Amino acid sequence: MSEPIREKPLTKNFSPGEAPFDLKQYESGGGYQAVRKAMTEMAPEDVTGVVKEANLRGRGGAGFPTGMKWSFVPMGDRAPKRKYLVANADEMEPGTFKDRLLLEGDPHQFIEGMILAAYAIQADVAYIFLRWAYKKAEALLGKAIAEAYEAGYLGKNILGSGYNLELYLHTSAGRYICGEETALMNALEGKRPIPRTKPPFPQTSGLWGKPTIVQNVETLCNVPHIVANGADWYKSLSYSGNGGTKLFGASGKIKRPAIWELPLGTPMRELLEEHAGGMQDGLKFRGVLPGGASTDFLVEEHLDLPMDYEPVMEAGSRLGTGTMVILDDKTCPVGMIRNLELFFTRESCGFCTPCRDGIPWTHRLLDAIETGDGKPEDIDNLDFIINTITRMLGRTFCAFAPGAVEPLQSGLKYFRDDFEQHIGEKRCPYAS
Amino acid sequence: MATIYIDNKPFEVADDQNLLQAVLSLGLNLPYFCWHPALGSVGACRQCAIKQFRDEEDSRGKIVMACMTPVNSKSLIPPLNETRISVDDEEAEHFRESVIEWLMVNHPHDCPVCDEGGSCHLQDMTVMTGHNYRRYRFKKRTHRNQYLGPFINHEMNRCIACYRCVRFYRDYGGGDDLSVMASRGEVYFGRFEDGVLESEFSGNLVEVCPTGVFTDKTYKEHYTRKWDLQTAPSICLHCSLGCNTIPGERYGEIRTILSRYNGEVNGYFLCDRGRFGYGFVNSGRRIRQPLIRNDAGGLESSTPEAVGDKLASFLSNGAKMIGIGSPRASLEANFALRTLVGADRFYNGMSADDSRLVASAIRILQEGPARTPTLREVESADAVFVLGEDLTNTAPRLDLAVKQSVRRKPIERAAMLRIPEWDDASVRELVQDEKGPFFIATPNPTKLDNIATQTYRATPDDLARLGFAVAHALDPAAPSVTDLPDDVAQLADSIAQALKESKRPLVISGTSCASEAVMRAAANVAWALCQDERAGEVYFVVPECNSTGVRLMAERDVDAAIEAVQANEADTVIVLENDLYRRAAGTSVDTLLDTAEHVIAIDHQTHRTTEKAEAVLPAGTFAESDGTFVSSEGRAQRFYQVFVSNGDEQESWRWLQELMGAAGQLEAPAWENLDDITAGLAQAYPIFEAIPKIAPPAGFRVVGQKIPRQSPRHSGRTSVLADVNVSEPKPPADSDSPFSFSMEGYTGAPPSALISRFWSPGWNSPQAINKFQIEVGGHLHGGDPGRRLIEPSDDAKPEYLNDVPASFKPRDGELLIMPLYHIFGSDELSILAPAVAERSPQPYLALNPNAAASLQVRDGEVVEITLDGVAQRLPAKISPELPEGTAGLPVGLPGLCGVTLPAWSRVKK
Repeated sequence: MSEPIREKPLTKNFSPGEAPFDLKQYESGGGYQAVRKAMTEMAPEDVTGVVKEANLRGRGGAGFPTGMKWSFVPMGDRAPKRKYLVANADEMEPGTFKDRLLLEGDPHQFIEGMILAAYAIQADVAYIFLRWAYKKAEALLGKAIAEAYEAGYLGKNILGSGYNLELYLHTSAGRYICGEETALMNALEGKRPIPRTKPPFPQTSGLWGKPTIVQNVETLCNVPHIVANGADWYKSLSYSGNGGTKLFGASGKIKRPAIWELPLGTPMRELLEEHAGGMQDGLKFRGVLPGGASTDFLVEEHLDLPMDYEPVMEAGSRLGTGTMVILDDKTCPVGMIRNLELFFTRESCGFCTPCRDGIPWTHRLLDAIETGDGKPEDIDNLDFIINTITRMLGRTFCAFAPGAVEPLQSGLKYFRDDFEQHIGEKRCPYAS
Repeated sequence: MATIYIDNKPFEVADDQNLLQAVLSLGLNLPYFCWHPALGSVGACRQCAIKQFRDEEDSRGKIVMACMTPVNSKSLIPPLNETRISVDDEEAEHFRESVIEWLMVNHPHDCPVCDEGGSCHLQDMTVMTGHNYRRYRFKKRTHRNQYLGPFINHEMNRCIACYRCVRFYRDYGGGDDLSVMASRGEVYFGRFEDGVLESEFSGNLVEVCPTGVFTDKTYKEHYTRKWDLQTAPSICLHCSLGCNTIPGERYGEIRTILSRYNGEVNGYFLCDRGRFGYGFVNSGRRIRQPLIRNDAGGLESSTPEAVGDKLASFLSNGAKMIGIGSPRASLEANFALRTLVGADRFYNGMSADDSRLVASAIRILQEGPARTPTLREVESADAVFVLGEDLTNTAPRLDLAVKQSVRRKPIERAAMLRIPEWDDASVRELVQDEKGPFFIATPNPTKLDNIATQTYRATPDDLARLGFAVAHALDPAAPSVTDLPDDVAQLADSIAQALKESKRPLVISGTSCASEAVMRAAANVAWALCQDERAGEVYFVVPECNSTGVRLMAERDVDAAIEAVQANEADTVIVLENDLYRRAAGTSVDTLLDTAEHVIAIDHQTHRTTEKAEAVLPAGTFAESDGTFVSSEGRAQRFYQVFVSNGDEQESWRWLQELMGAAGQLEAPAWENLDDITAGLAQAYPIFEAIPKIAPPAGFRVVGQKIPRQSPRHSGRTSVLADVNVSEPKPPADSDSPFSFSMEGYTGAPPSALISRFWSPGWNSPQAINKFQIEVGGHLHGGDPGRRLIEPSDDAKPEYLNDVPASFKPRDGELLIMPLYHIFGSDELSILAPAVAERSPQPYLALNPNAAASLQVRDGEVVEITLDGVAQRLPAKISPELPEGTAGLPVGLPGLCGVTLPAWSRVKK
C-alpha cells in the first residue's frame, strides 16, 4: 500500500461557519476550469475515459465503478435524443451526513460535477433529487444554479460548445427508498417510489423510459478534480487502487463526531482514535456500523482494517457511505438494533413480501425482547427471517431488505449474549 | 424452442417466455401471486422462487424468481450457457414456504366466513408450500374497508399486497379510481374515498384478486360455497360479443357468474354487465306457469295441460299463423318457431333498422375481402379506427381488447431494447403513456377518447363521409367525398396514413348509429386496406347476442310482421322471447297485438308484449335451456342448461314442439333432443352446417361417463330434501347434453366446449385455468370452443360500396335525436338485475350547450320531445361535444323503449 499524497480536493473550499463560495470565489479558486477544459478540449468519451481510468467508484454505498456505468449509455447519432443525468441527493441513511456537507460547503463544485457527467453521457436534462429536509442546501443550490445559468455554464450552447444542459432542482417528499436509484426515478416521474427491475438498466431505459445515469453527490463532486488534474493524480490520493479521497464520518459517543476528508483506505483505528478523539470518558468501544445503518457491525478485532471497499467487504460488512455509527458498552445493542429495524419497517416501500412483512416482524420481536417480553424462540424466529432474506441479492426485489437485516444478523452474531440475557432476565440489563 | 433442465430432466419449451410460464405450461406446480398470464410479471410477491444453476457442475445455485427470469439464459446478465433450474430444491422450497408465512403474518384466520374460501388462490398456494403453523405472535395490522358500489365487496384485512388488482384495474383496464396508497406494511388498495368503482370491468377484480379482498357483492346476497354451485358452460347474452361464462346455481337461483376462459374470445375477463346482469333469472318478473287470459280480461295462471287444450283450439282449424322470432333467443328456439309456422311465415323479431344493418354487416363480411378478427386478435391490432361505435357501452369487452391494441405499436421498442413483453413493469416504464394510432369518430364522447390519437364528433352522415374519405385516401379507386371541410379532409388523411403504416390495421364499426352509410364506409376502409398482401380487418358490433344468427335465418323483420297482420295475412301471432315494444313504435305494436285474433307469447319475463298476449308460455332462460348463439364475430357457440327449474318452465323449442302437436301438424319433426334440432338447422341452412359440430353431441361420454354439473365435493345431496323424504331423489335426466345434473361423472378435463368449471387437484380458484391451457394464457387444450361461420372468400374483389351521404344539415326548430347507449341500462335483461339497475342512469335528454342556450335550459331542467307522436318530458343533460343540431336520448331505459332513433323532434322547455 503506497502512501497517498495528502490533498483534500473535495473540501478545499470549505470555510466552516461562513457562506460557501459564490460563483466568483469558486472560479477564482480554479472552479469551472474543468468544464471549460471539457467543452473546449475533450470529447464526451474522453471525460468518461478519464473517470474510468481514475478508478472512481460510486460513493452512494454500492461502489460501482463510475466510468464503467457511464460507458453503458448509448452514444452517437442513433442514441435516443433525450437522456438524463440525475444527482441522488436524497441522503437518508441513518448516521450519514456527508452529502449534506458537500452541498452546503461547496455547491458549485457539485454543479460542475453534474455538468461534466451530463456532458460525458450527452444528457440534455439533469435533475438534482434533494432530500426534503435539506432546506439550507436547497437554498444554496437554487442560488448556485442561477449563477451558473447566468455565467453560461448551464443552458443553451454552454461556453460556445454547442452543448445544451437544463438543470432542475427537485426536492423529494422524503422517503428512504427514494435513495434507491430506480425508486428515485419513479418518484421523479411522480409515481410511487418503488424500485424497478434490472435489467433493463437505467442506462438504456431509465427516467421516462430514456437513458439515464443516477449518481451520488459525493461521486459527482470528484469529477471536476479528475478532469482538471488527471487520473494518475487522482489515484495517488488514496492508499489503494480505488482512486481518491473519501468523506469519512463518525457518530455515537465519541469525543468529536465529525466528517473528515481522508485518503480512501485510511485505517478505521486512525479515524476513531486520532480524528474522532476516541470514546467519551468512561465508555468503551463495542462495535461499529462502518457505512451507515444498513451495514453489518464490525467489532474490536476489525479496527485495523483500511476503510476501503474490498477490505470491509472481506470482514463481513460494507464500506457503504463511509460514515460510521459507533456503539459503546453502556448502550444496549438490542435497543439500538430495534431502533434501526423500526426505521426500516417504516421506510419499506411495501412492494415485495419479505421486506414488507418480514422486517416489521423483526421489529416486533426486538421490541418484545427489549421490553422484557422476549421468549427463547424469538431468537430462532429472528434467525429464520435473517436467513431467508440474507444478504444474497435476488430473494428480495431490491437491496433494501438485505441491508435492513445486516445490523441485525451481525448484532446477533457479536452480541448474542445480550439478547439471551434480555430474554432470561425479562428486562433490558442496560436500563438503570 | 429451447431445452431447459428442471430438476435434471430436459424439457422443450418456447424460449420467449419466463420460467414461471414455462414451468406452469409443462403442467408442473409452482406457487405464485403477483404474476398473471394476462398481466405479465412484476416480481412483487417473491412466491415463485426456484433455484437456478450455472451448469451441471454448479451445486450451489442461486435463488431466483421464476416469473422474472427468462427461459433463454443467454439473455441474462451475465449470460449462462444453459438453463438449469430446480423447483424441488430444498432451499427454494423453504423460501417459498417462508413467503407464505410472511404473507400470513397479517392475513386473518377467517377462511370459514370468507367468500373466497374454497375458491382461494392463497389457500391453494399455502397448502402447496406446506406452511401450516404461524410463528408470528403479535397483533395483525387492520384496515378500514370501503363501500365500492353494488358489485364489489371490499375486505382489506385479507390483502396480501400482490398488486394484481391495481395492475388489472389501472394498467390493463384503463381505470383510474382504484389505486395503491400508503406504503410499507400499510399499503392499501382502494379508492381515494368510498364510492362506486367507475370501471366497467371492476368485476374482474373478483377473479384477479388471489384472496378475499374483492368479492362479488351480488353473490354475497345469496352466497353458497363454490363446491355447492351447479355449473355449466354458458354464453353471455347481454351484448353481441359472445363472451364465455360459467353461471353457478343453487336451489333454483343463479348465484354468480364467472368468466369461462376462451383463448380467442373473452380470455380471462368479462364486463360488469355480463358478470352482474344475471338477476333476471331469479327475478320476480319471471313467468313460472302458463298464463291464459280469462273472461274478465286478466291473465291467470294455468296448467300446461289446460293451456295446451286452449292453444289447440287457437292453432287448429286453419289458423293463419305467423311466428316472430328473437335476436335474444337461441338458433334452436328460432328454428323451432320457423318449423311451426313455416319458413315463409317466420319473422326475425328485429326492428326494421337492426335487421337491415345486421344484414349489411353480414353481407360485407361474406362478400368482401376483410376478415373479422377474434377478440384476441383485436388485442394485436396495431392501428385502430372506430367509426360510429361507443364500444364501452355497446360492446364492453371489445373496449378492453382495444385498450391492449393501442399498446402494440409502442411495445415494438421494447423488443429493440431486448425487454421481454412479459416484463410488464419494465415495458410500461419504457413505453410510459405512449399509445399507438387510435382514432375514434362517434356522435358522442366515449370513455376511450382519453387514449385516442384523435377524436371526431359528428352525426352519422358526417361520420360516414369521414370514413369514405379515409377509404379514398387509402385507395383512389374508392369513391371520393366532395366538399369535405379542410380539417376533416386532413383528419381523413392522417387516419389513412396511420392505417397504411401499420401491420395489422383494424376498423371497428357497428349498428348503434343506425346508419348503413357508416357501416359501408367502414367496409370501404377495411377493403382498401386489403391490398398488397396486407390483411385489413373489420369488426361490426351488432345489437344482441344472437342478432347475427337470427338474421342469417330470416330477412323479414317486425315491421313486416305488423304489415302482414294489418293486411290480414295472419290472424295468429306467436311471439318468441321478444318484447315487440322494443322493436317498433308503440302504436304499431298496439295495432299488431290488437288486430291479431290470437297472440301467444313464449318468454321468461313479464313485459308489455306478454301482458297483451292471450296465452303466455313460461320459457327457460339461458340458464334453463341449451342452445346456440352466433356472436358478432360470426362465432357459433353453445350454451348449456345450468339447472332444472321447479316451475313449468321449459326450453322455448319444447313449447313450440308441443304447439306443433296442438296445431295437429302430423308432419312435425320428432325432435328428441337438441341434437335433432341442430341437425335440422344444418339441413335447412348451408351456413349452419357446422352447428352440430361446435360441441360434442348429447350421447358423448368420457370413459362411459357423463360430465357432471356438480363438483365432487357438492355437499348435502342426501340431506337437502331430508325433511321431505329420506330417500335420495333421482337427479333430473338431461337428454340434450353430455352433462348430468349430479356430482357423478367424469371429473377430469372434458373437451373445451364442455368445461363446466375450472378445477384441478390443488387448484380450487379460477387460477386452475392454467391446467386447461396448452400454454398458460394461450389456447385451451383441444382448441377454443365455438366455430366461426363467416369468413371472407379468398378471391373476393367486390366493387367499393357507394352512396356517400350528403353532409348533415341541421333543421330549424328541430333536433336530430341520436341514440345514446349505456352499458348499464340499455340492455333489456341485465337491467332487471338490481345491482345493474342501481348503476343505470335515469332517463334524460342530452343537449349540447348551444341547443341548451337557445332553449334557455339549464342542466337538470325538464324539456319535452315528441317521438312517434308521443310526448316525453325529460331532464336535460348538457353534453358539450354533441354535434350541432342534434340531441341524445338513452336507449332502452324503462319508458324510453321502442322509439326508432335517430329521429327528428321539436324540443320544448
